[in-house]
Amino acid sequence: MQEPISTEEGFTRSAVKQLAVFSVLAVLVIVAVMYALNFIAGLTGSDSQSAAGAVDIENNEISVFLRQDPPQLDSTRSTDVVSGTVLGHVMEGLLRYDENFEITAGLAERWEIEGTKATFWLREDARWSNGEAITAHDFVFAWRTTLDPAVGSQYAFIFYPIKNAEAANTGDMPLESVGVRALDDRTLEVELEQPIAYFDKLVAFSTYFPISEEFYESTNGRYGAEAESLLYSGPFRMTSWVHGASIRFEKNPYYWDADNIHLDAINIAYITEDTNTLLNLYKDSRIALVDLTAEMLEGAMQQRWHLDRFMDGSVFYIEFNHRPGRLSTNLNLRKALRYAQDDGELVDRVIKLPGYLPAKSVFPVWLRGVEDTFREEYPAPESEYNVALAREYLEKAKQELGITEFPPIVLLADTSPVATISSQYYQEVYKKNLGLDIVIDPQIFRQRLAKMSSGDFDLVLSGWGPDYNDPLTFADLFASWNLNNRGHFDNAELDAQVRIAQNSMDQRVRMDAFGKIQDILFDEVVFIGNYERGRVYATNPQVKGILRRAIGAETDFTRAYIVPESTAP
Amino acid sequence: MWQYTLKRLLQGVITVWFIATATFLAMHSVPGDPISGERAATEAIRANLAARYGLDKPLGEQYVIYIGNFLKGDFGISFTQQNRQVNDIIREHFPVSATLGILAVLFAALGGVLWGALTAIYRNRLPDTIIMFLVILGISVPSFVFAALGQLALVNINNFFGVSILPVAGWGTVSHMIVPALVLGMGTMAYLTRLMRSSMLEIIHSDYVRTAKAKGLPAERIFLKHQLRNAILPVVTVLGPAIAAITTGGFVVELVFAIPGLGRYFVQAVQQLDYTVIMGTTVFYGSFLVFMVILVDLLYGWIDPRVRVQ
Repeated sequence: MQEPISTEEGFTRSAVKQLAVFSVLAVLVIVAVMYALNFIAGLTGSDSQSAAGAVDIENNEISVFLRQDPPQLDSTRSTDVVSGTVLGHVMEGLLRYDENFEITAGLAERWEIEGTKATFWLREDARWSNGEAITAHDFVFAWRTTLDPAVGSQYAFIFYPIKNAEAANTGDMPLESVGVRALDDRTLEVELEQPIAYFDKLVAFSTYFPISEEFYESTNGRYGAEAESLLYSGPFRMTSWVHGASIRFEKNPYYWDADNIHLDAINIAYITEDTNTLLNLYKDSRIALVDLTAEMLEGAMQQRWHLDRFMDGSVFYIEFNHRPGRLSTNLNLRKALRYAQDDGELVDRVIKLPGYLPAKSVFPVWLRGVEDTFREEYPAPESEYNVALAREYLEKAKQELGITEFPPIVLLADTSPVATISSQYYQEVYKKNLGLDIVIDPQIFRQRLAKMSSGDFDLVLSGWGPDYNDPLTFADLFASWNLNNRGHFDNAELDAQVRIAQNSMDQRVRMDAFGKIQDILFDEVVFIGNYERGRVYATNPQVKGILRRAIGAETDFTRAYIVPESTAP
Repeated sequence: MWQYTLKRLLQGVITVWFIATATFLAMHSVPGDPISGERAATEAIRANLAARYGLDKPLGEQYVIYIGNFLKGDFGISFTQQNRQVNDIIREHFPVSATLGILAVLFAALGGVLWGALTAIYRNRLPDTIIMFLVILGISVPSFVFAALGQLALVNINNFFGVSILPVAGWGTVSHMIVPALVLGMGTMAYLTRLMRSSMLEIIHSDYVRTAKAKGLPAERIFLKHQLRNAILPVVTVLGPAIAAITTGGFVVELVFAIPGLGRYFVQAVQQLDYTVIMGTTVFYGSFLVFMVILVDLLYGWIDPRVRVQ
């Protein structure tokens, strides 16, 4: 028994002493609980994450990030950029894009496209990641599966140039009638509806990847859901996939060109779309590449980081509703709207994201023409910011429509930050320059699409990303038969030019047609360009050979390699 | 006691059924088409997709099917990840959120008791002023600010020492848990500190403490048995709901620290109109919350018989 304490001060001191003991115990309890929870997590199978740095020279591997967990790695149903990036590392089709964005041999060692017949000869050493041979039958199975109406693939349309594909997809003909046949294990013959000039580029698209039927059936409808429920044909194979946390690619020893794959492994160590988190991870040397926003750019330049820029392929624009009865059917109103805004101001002063360019045409700057880029060969018609001209057109529109005052015009838009500030920009300039009231209708992505399809808008902020490296992927957007032409623009001359571009085999003739389409889209003010999306990014100087491109894997590490002598950032 | 337990459980089941029904109706009245994609699909393909998810049936029939599956514990397949079961998503990601939540509550409770007791002892003196100022900060600053600042601090600390003291983001080891759990528990810790302080102050000036002192009991015994133990009771009672609230509210912290918790799926599903994931996560979280509340009620009834009579 201790001496009783009588002073207030004494009680306080004693209590603080006991609280100190309490805090030590508390820390011990927390540590114990943390280890216990971690132990339980280990028992339930979620893998422990390696704490590797951005570049691991010893093990010849790098660590990088993804913006989100890949939603769909079943190539028959995949539609998004993130899944496309993962698939681009672990899968390969008959043909692929090389470093210069040209079509080159993939699993097919040679190919022949003559008229309506295309033949692909597979490599003898084309193998799945389990060592089994990749055969022509694997392509037939994958393509038919995609076209199967029961599968409901959103990308089935990419096969429509193949004979009977569209009819099979709508259920009007059996899948067996589709014009793709395995002549033997190593020869694939494709019959097309009509000769097309860009079939080789289509074949490089992820929906055209092969799938082993035997393996697909063995997954019981879970093909592509986990790392184990896929069979890989590409330079890497997925050895682990902890959903939402990490993915690990290891070099696929059965890949035919494994000698030219330099990295032994790629860790996707972090999955988040928080740009600040990613910047912090880059600064902490946890990831070898990071995309930068405008406010990060200055710091990056001060640190002398290695910066690059690329166009991610997508182009964004205002589309109009051409359904009868809508004000937006009036050409003079559309002209007024075009001259009353400045896309340069939108990109440089409003959006202010590095790498973005004003969209002068529906055809982005990176598309190939005959010899040079398409936009060099066929410059986009120049618009200008001219308020006086815009007001003139608005007066004409009023006279034609027989009104003295315009009712409010509805601008449908996504809820993304860029769409929000863009729509506010248009609201302001149209009020200021034309006295027009713009009502912004912000909707989540899927509701924006639904409202576009039902025609519930006057103007809409829309955009498009390419599927293959040919201007046609953008040129047919406003063709009258295209389901994506949600504004129902209908122009016989444009339709005719799209048909020429689709059917001709002469690149010069096709590019001329695209040039005419570009002019029609301008003359008729079918769209008002917003921006072409680009990114500025920093890379770890020890990693070379990273490719970033508009089609396929957005960021491609397959041919990357480590240069040990360079110093870290 | 048994009757009381049974009654509470029955109420819980009705609450969960109500949550499920309300979510179902709200979700179907949100505008937008869950099977639309950027690439416009033909009518035939749309019809096939709608049939796969049962969207071609009338709403009443969908509801019956959905409640039936729900009773069997099957939430169906995700709309955005068409080869993944909602059950798998919950099974894989909820333990992560729960781990984070339990740790955050532990931080909050132990910290709250410590700081609360300390401020009460030093009432109106410097330690009290400093801690209570920090408490106001903790209550009013949202967790995403703490998350961003915490992460920035980690980067600078790691850069300063030239080695990685603690990971900046990610999940998988004990070292990954510390900062996110602290950040997530910060608000609750501040709240509990205030609760503990007022409860402790009340007891310090109570008659039985004065009596104990007058009797000449040892100071350790008075503090531990008479003061701390009684003051802690209000803190314990809010712990149950706090665990549920923290576990379900970790979305921002999960995003900033790249943690694969269920919170991200919960929020993204709503943005993407992923019907099955919305239903699955809402009903799951709802049941979890109801369960925690019932658990606390039952513990109350066990501790205090007067509650049962009511």
